[in-house]
Amino acid sequence: MQDTMGYVHSVETGGTVDGPGLRYIVFTSGCPLRCLYCHNPDTLKLKAGKQSSAYELLKDISTYRTYFETGGGGLTVSGGEPMAQKEFLKTLLWGCNQMGVHTTVDTSGYLHANLDDETIDMADLYLLDIKSWVPETYKKVTGVEVGPTLEFAKRLEKMEKDVWIRFVLVPGLTDALENVEGVAKFVSELGNVKRVDVLPFHKMGEHKWQSMGKAYQLKDTREPSAEETEAAKETFRKYGLDVH
Amino acid sequence: MGVHQNIDKATSDTLPFLKDDGPKAYAGFKKGDWNKEIDVRNFIQLNYTPYEGADDFLAGPTAATTKLWDNVLELMKEENKKGVLDADTEVVSSIVSHAPGYINKDLEKIVGLQTDAPLKRALMPYGGLKMAAAALESNGYKLSEKTAEVFSKHRKTHNDGVFDLYTPEIRRARSAGIVTGLPDAYGRGRIIGDYRRVALYGIDKLMEDKKAQHASLDGNVLNEETLRLREEISEQYRSLVELKEMGAAHGCDISRPAENAREAIQWLYLGYLAAIKEQNGAAMSLGRTTTFLDVYIQRDLDKGVITEDEAQELMDHFVMKLRMVRFMRTPDYNALFSGDPVWVTESIGGMGIDGRTLVTKSSFRVLQTLVNLGPAPEPNLTVLWSEHMPKGFKDYCSKISIETSSVQYENDDLMRRYWGDDYGIACCVSAMRIGKQMQFFGARANLAKAMLYAINGGIDEKTGKQVGPKAHPITGDVLEWDELEPLYDQMLDWIAKVYVQALNCIHFSHDKYNYERVEMALHDRDILRTMACGIAGLSVVADSISAIKNAKVKIIRNDEGLAVDYEIEGDFPCFGNNDDSVDVIAEDIMKKFMGKIRNQPMYRNATPTQSVLTITSNVVYGKKTGSTPDGRKAGEPFAPGANPMHGRDQKGAVASMKSLCKLPYEDSQDGISYTFSIIPGALGKDEAERIDNLSHLLDGYMHDMGHHINVNVFDRKTLEDAMEHPELYPQLTVRVSGYAVNFIKLTREQQMDVINRTFHGQR
Repeated sequence: MQDTMGYVHSVETGGTVDGPGLRYIVFTSGCPLRCLYCHNPDTLKLKAGKQSSAYELLKDISTYRTYFETGGGGLTVSGGEPMAQKEFLKTLLWGCNQMGVHTTVDTSGYLHANLDDETIDMADLYLLDIKSWVPETYKKVTGVEVGPTLEFAKRLEKMEKDVWIRFVLVPGLTDALENVEGVAKFVSELGNVKRVDVLPFHKMGEHKWQSMGKAYQLKDTREPSAEETEAAKETFRKYGLDVH
Repeated sequence: MGVHQNIDKATSDTLPFLKDDGPKAYAGFKKGDWNKEIDVRNFIQLNYTPYEGADDFLAGPTAATTKLWDNVLELMKEENKKGVLDADTEVVSSIVSHAPGYINKDLEKIVGLQTDAPLKRALMPYGGLKMAAAALESNGYKLSEKTAEVFSKHRKTHNDGVFDLYTPEIRRARSAGIVTGLPDAYGRGRIIGDYRRVALYGIDKLMEDKKAQHASLDGNVLNEETLRLREEISEQYRSLVELKEMGAAHGCDISRPAENAREAIQWLYLGYLAAIKEQNGAAMSLGRTTTFLDVYIQRDLDKGVITEDEAQELMDHFVMKLRMVRFMRTPDYNALFSGDPVWVTESIGGMGIDGRTLVTKSSFRVLQTLVNLGPAPEPNLTVLWSEHMPKGFKDYCSKISIETSSVQYENDDLMRRYWGDDYGIACCVSAMRIGKQMQFFGARANLAKAMLYAINGGIDEKTGKQVGPKAHPITGDVLEWDELEPLYDQMLDWIAKVYVQALNCIHFSHDKYNYERVEMALHDRDILRTMACGIAGLSVVADSISAIKNAKVKIIRNDEGLAVDYEIEGDFPCFGNNDDSVDVIAEDIMKKFMGKIRNQPMYRNATPTQSVLTITSNVVYGKKTGSTPDGRKAGEPFAPGANPMHGRDQKGAVASMKSLCKLPYEDSQDGISYTFSIIPGALGKDEAERIDNLSHLLDGYMHDMGHHINVNVFDRKTLEDAMEHPELYPQLTVRVSGYAVNFIKLTREQQMDVINRTFHGQR
């Protein structure tokens, strides 16, 4: 494959929460969603990132192989929305496939229809964010429709790709039982979900909104208590899912 | 194979013809070279039991341990309030100067204190009278006039000796702070006696050996070298006589070998105690003792004479004593080495050259003290990490690190190639073969300041005085590397020369006036001596050169025309991001300066080495250094050790580690220190994940030949809270450069420095 240029916000070399083992994370910029709780609002605009060569990144990734091997880690492409730059994503995945480095894509799936099966198949694992089940809630949280995300989940099932589901628990926004249970039920019926992460909402991104001069709409929203988070996890567990 | 195994396991019951006729102390031990000569390593290799399991055998504290530790905590609380609990102002400390002291005699399984009362600090004026007097005064005590008179009129100190030797040039460099932290007014430390010898052989055998060493020199030409050695061996012998006496005063007959686990620990500790009664060296490290002690503990466990609870109790009581080591020190000293450190460094684990792990159950037991007694900065528990160590031990280490932030790690796979499998760490990162090697501790030269001297033609940027050799300064408005490089090179030549000259003066004088007789009594006759030079400001220099090469660095001059500040236009790569273009600069500087050090003549034909280690003095170095071309402002701290500058490592933990791994140990055999802080959440979601990930990080770092790493797992908020409410965090321990401190004992300035460091995972 040819080298491809892409917009990259930053890289993080010691990631441990975005996929198994120690991860090299490429945060691409550009995202079609406008999630209220987004903690990386500085990655929303495509051109906010820096033009980067996929080959240069792959070369850098190759120097971390020891850490991947000892820890079962690899590359995670996150964002932004990685699928917003499909050729760039494809080149990164292809390069890692060539090197035998495990690959993970952290995505909302919203843009999946733009990607062919060949590209989708190149990643070993998907971290699929299902931000809500109730369509109105999804729209409210993200500004877009939930349909493509659910379609993508089915597509991954058909392609037998491993998936970790992520669900962000926001009090007063996504924590309605119907909403949580909807995601849980849907996910439990898929045959390829290996794990579910319930992520309690946090405000660590708030300062970024402020520094960008934008209003942070969840200013008055509180973080969920440990009990509330546990209760949401329990809902997922009820459906036989491995919850973290 | 089968037959040999039977012989190995035989007791006099099963194979009576193999009945052991050696001393009772050695019953059940395999014989070997260690019976013919002083060879502790051989004893360990023949008799230790590697342990490959997990931590599930470990025991908690006994009631006696908890009670005794509560007593100690009470004393420490009072000490924290007063600064110093008590101090001797008259009696000059020696091995036998004080009657035995106790915390609570009925409960103590291991006895012996530095003076006659717990935490009472001893008076040790041999390093320097002024320092000893000032240390007392700054804590509200006064040196007795009688003792002051002896040391000013009748007995010369190390400090007096050095200043008779220093040249005016050295004095200038010293007061400008381009070389700092020199052990010219205090004990040099960083010498590890092989305290295990006391337990294994008993003092009588060691005395006999020293006598033979002395006699072995009888036929030699009596040149200066031989004369000095003869005198030193006599001094060593005398110290052993006193050590035996000190043991007897504590009710221990250490003339003979230790016969059981308690005695082995006690004998070994008495050896160490003798050293810390005589020397307040900058670092008084213990060595590599736990696997040795495990042989005795395992024998007692096998015989059924002790239980696991009792074994752990012995270890807990031993460590409690090590936590109580204290020295009288001045505020100046504390500014350099903050938090009252003594570097009772114990090296744990590692692999043998035969491929068996040197991890034993006692490697776990010594770390378990951090659970049983709570976290603490001392002893400085140092795991010699090897990729090949058993997973059970690796994971236990990671677990303890995550819970206590009290452990440091050094690369056994790297050091074993240089120093074999019976070396220990002195102070923070200095490896030495136990009983066979010592170092002349050399603090460090400030390479960042040297760059400013190169720019200003040898004039100090803070005082305006001509300190370095008069040279052509940079006169343009923008720094050009082609112009600066040769000037910097010349300045490094000069500083290498002055620096090593200073160290030669210091160690010549120290050997003469403050010789470490009991520590050296626990060494072989002929040893390897290294001259342990060091550098500060590596990342500042690397980033400065990178800025000059890649961006536009404009000079800002003061009214006298001195370059005092810099303005940078454009971006430049910084050290700590796994970017070869700048990492290579750091590597080159290290190689270059080491080369210059190697060209200097060394006192006692020492082998020159170098470290990249600052301890907490990165703050003081920063204070003494003007603005640098990397954008660091005058007075701001350097990064500690070989760390990237605070906040400039932008690509996460592993990239930062990768940069460190490129620094060549070959040119820095005294160690390369890296302090790593990560927030718990960034290590993983739950305990199991965190343990796993930390073990993998360490494996990766060591695989890539990183040398040293301090691991801190906490978030900035905890530290900020501890600054506001120190009373809530009496045992909060933080790893700084090469050692650990009680966070609340740091100065406010140093607390801020720790808080400002890069915390991986916190964006």
